[in-house]
Amino acid sequence: MSKHIASRTKDQAAVNEAGALTGRPQAACGQGQAIAGQGLTKRFGSVLANDHIDFEVEYGEILALLGENGSGKTTLMNLLSGLYFPDAGQIFVDGRAVCISTPADAISLGIGMIHQHFKLVAAMTALENILLGPRTRRLSLTRQRQEIEQMCRTYGLTVALDKPVYEMSVSEKQTVEVVKVLYHGARILILDEPTAVLTPQETDSLFAILRRMKQQGCAIIIITHKLNEVLAISDRVMVLRRGRAEALLQTSQADLHSLTETMVGHAIDLKIHRPVYAAAKPETLLAVHELSVVRPDGSQALDQVSFELKTGEILGVAGVAGSGQKELSEALVSLTPCQSGRITYRGQVISGLLTTEIYKKGVSLAFVPEDRLGMGLVGDMGMPGNMLLKSYRDHRGFFIDRKPAEALSRQLKETLDISTPSLETPVRLLSGGNVQKVLLGREIESQPQVLITSYPVRGLDINASYTVYDLLNEQKMKGCGILYLGEDLDVLLELADRILVLCHGRVTGIVDARQVSKETVGLMMAGMPLKEELA
Amino acid sequence: MSAKRQKQANQADRGGRPLRQREPWLHIAKRPEMSKKRGSLLKGASILLAVAVGGLFMLALGYNPVTLYLTIITGALGNAESWRMTIRLMIPLVISSLAVCLAFKMRFWNIGAEGQIIMGAVFATYFALYHTDWPRPLLLAVMFIAGAVGGALWGLLPAFFKARFNTNETLFTLMLNYIALNVIVYFRDGPWKDPGSSGFPKIARFDKVVQLPKLAGIQAGWLIALILVVLVFVYLKYSKHGYEIKVVGASQATARYAGMNVRRIILRTMAISGALAGIAGMVQAAGSDMTLAESVAGGVGFTAIIVAWLSNLNPFGIALAAFFFSVLEKGSSVMRSSYNLSAEFAAVLQGIILFCVLGGEFFLRYRLVRRSAPRHQEAEAAEAKEEA
Repeated sequence: MSKHIASRTKDQAAVNEAGALTGRPQAACGQGQAIAGQGLTKRFGSVLANDHIDFEVEYGEILALLGENGSGKTTLMNLLSGLYFPDAGQIFVDGRAVCISTPADAISLGIGMIHQHFKLVAAMTALENILLGPRTRRLSLTRQRQEIEQMCRTYGLTVALDKPVYEMSVSEKQTVEVVKVLYHGARILILDEPTAVLTPQETDSLFAILRRMKQQGCAIIIITHKLNEVLAISDRVMVLRRGRAEALLQTSQADLHSLTETMVGHAIDLKIHRPVYAAAKPETLLAVHELSVVRPDGSQALDQVSFELKTGEILGVAGVAGSGQKELSEALVSLTPCQSGRITYRGQVISGLLTTEIYKKGVSLAFVPEDRLGMGLVGDMGMPGNMLLKSYRDHRGFFIDRKPAEALSRQLKETLDISTPSLETPVRLLSGGNVQKVLLGREIESQPQVLITSYPVRGLDINASYTVYDLLNEQKMKGCGILYLGEDLDVLLELADRILVLCHGRVTGIVDARQVSKETVGLMMAGMPLKEELA
Repeated sequence: MSAKRQKQANQADRGGRPLRQREPWLHIAKRPEMSKKRGSLLKGASILLAVAVGGLFMLALGYNPVTLYLTIITGALGNAESWRMTIRLMIPLVISSLAVCLAFKMRFWNIGAEGQIIMGAVFATYFALYHTDWPRPLLLAVMFIAGAVGGALWGLLPAFFKARFNTNETLFTLMLNYIALNVIVYFRDGPWKDPGSSGFPKIARFDKVVQLPKLAGIQAGWLIALILVVLVFVYLKYSKHGYEIKVVGASQATARYAGMNVRRIILRTMAISGALAGIAGMVQAAGSDMTLAESVAGGVGFTAIIVAWLSNLNPFGIALAAFFFSVLEKGSSVMRSSYNLSAEFAAVLQGIILFCVLGGEFFLRYRLVRRSAPRHQEAEAAEAKEEA
């Protein structure tokens, strides 16, 4: 980042210093049009990521950029922040035509980008992180500290300037990022999915900050795919679909259904079904007793986690990103070693067994967090190659038998309606939804008793998400026990039977999803243990 | 605001460095997946370009490129004898490229084929020097196996540390090359020094018994290489091992997820890779050199890396690319001697050709996009309008 600021000029630094002396806020935000685009077009190979997009944001306004994955949101933001160069079209800042060919250009024009993954130096304090970059020619810590404190007061931000970043919570880090871009003179802020890593309460406080910045006259663009947030925070909303701006409208004139329709392109029933598995007596499939896992860096990923998974239920796992979900799913199939504790499957201890032995018992780890192609599938292989992944050992001999895998691929392509040019097309070339169907199909085909699913709808469009919910419910009705690691609380509350809440690797409670409120789960995600027993 | 003022304003923003008002003249863009046919067309085009640039280089030095190129071709393939010499060069190159190819499929960057070739040759040489009393078929078979074992051990060393401590295999295998080279020097100057060489440090010439038989006038190594090409192809394409290698290469996380023993697969594959290189060493020592010389590998282990990449890690492609290289190698040595050129001339020529061919790979995935003319004019028209 610091490199990008290198081109900051003496003049502007001087202006800003003068501003600081007179007590004026640094980022002197103006009025009128802040940033606008005309006919912005960007093409990647055969994909038209942005197709003649027109938009404008004024100072003192929050624009939400809504769209499904792959609709071109991030591409558009990268055009504005100088990471990409448009194939056609023109960007205007303060009404002037500008040409942003590097991130340094963007910064000198007052455009500040806050990325989903923070760009902070963990070993440094907040103050040091904020000062990083050649804006500070002569380092006078006391004076600059005063400047930053003054600025924080103006925007109502609270930052512990001397706290090292590695001790900070995610939301504190985000605040540091905000202060940093403001300090470097940003008047136009772009936030890329800022709420993905926050609890509902932290989201609220971020929104409060954004509103105050808006009052101070900043222009803000926020990228999200969560409809509720769009309605809560934005003044106007632009909906992108397949690289085209489908709509640019006042948020006050939009509602959940109209936005979904614009985003997806047709009306859709947003209700998730939650059938009830009516077995005589639900059995306990998987019992986890005081499971602890340590990460390779020595930190505690899971701390004394205990729970049971029964037949015919979906047990949701909620928690802020990085609360130990990944380690939990991997520990259950021995991909991550357990430090202590015991896992039993139908009464047999399975902790410490080989991954393959656990699979043979009917425990199945489907879907892989973040990167399905990096763990659940081999991106360069076609469908048959991927079908073989867990079953290629099943028959004897030195050579591989591809015929059953080819038959299975053909069958899945049919039943799950997977759209692929040919069976042998590398799966990395398929769309996210189809990739997930390949993975899901393979896992379900092995008729597991326990299905562990991590973020199964991450990155999928709405239609594909609902297909996944349906398939999971179908398995549930067959008596399968499903552990569903999710990030969208609204979905968890509608889909799961019970919800287990993790915070820093500890279970803060297991609650009945039919009765619990979103606020309660949010508090539990932040570490507040449950008072009354709802489970 | 006039365009001039606007420019000035931009300039003020950037402290003298004017903000670029136009798109950069060229930028790099990703290509959509290219069809196989277009891909091979591109490869053909880059070879043509290589020949053209190489020709310019010859012209610049005052030679007629046509005659020089003809010399290369006739020198390598002009008569039966030159054919034989070319094939002889090709044998170790093919086998060690196969070795490298196996490791590369697993994304294990085995830069150490050179060392593995040497160790294979060293192991085989022990039997060639001290067990000439054994029956010939047995002796040759034992030498073959010893070569494989020597290379395999040399390949297992970095694989063990990679699997166990995740060390960097590139550096590890590279360093082992130099150790292997010094192992030869040690044997040459010490225990295996030829007593009949009157003090000159060299290892004795192999007895007739341990020299590889000739088939069709060329040492039998060509048959071994041919068989190995087919075996490696089948192994990679149809065996469970080959499948595992590909999965580990794609992602170790996926392999673990599938329940594969990643460590064992790394060790096994590197043992096979090393063994193949070791066989190349044995074949070179017993088939061509008839002794163990320091130059037994002679850079073949490094050329093998290029050959493997050029062929897209396809065993049959390796045979083709290795042939191309051997023709270049043999032909340019003939060209050198017949025109009394320096060794560097041939090296530069080879470098140019490689540069173009490998550089062409870049264009398989990317293309350069020029600033489009209409846009340019549009901007100028707009500026002119504003000025007015």
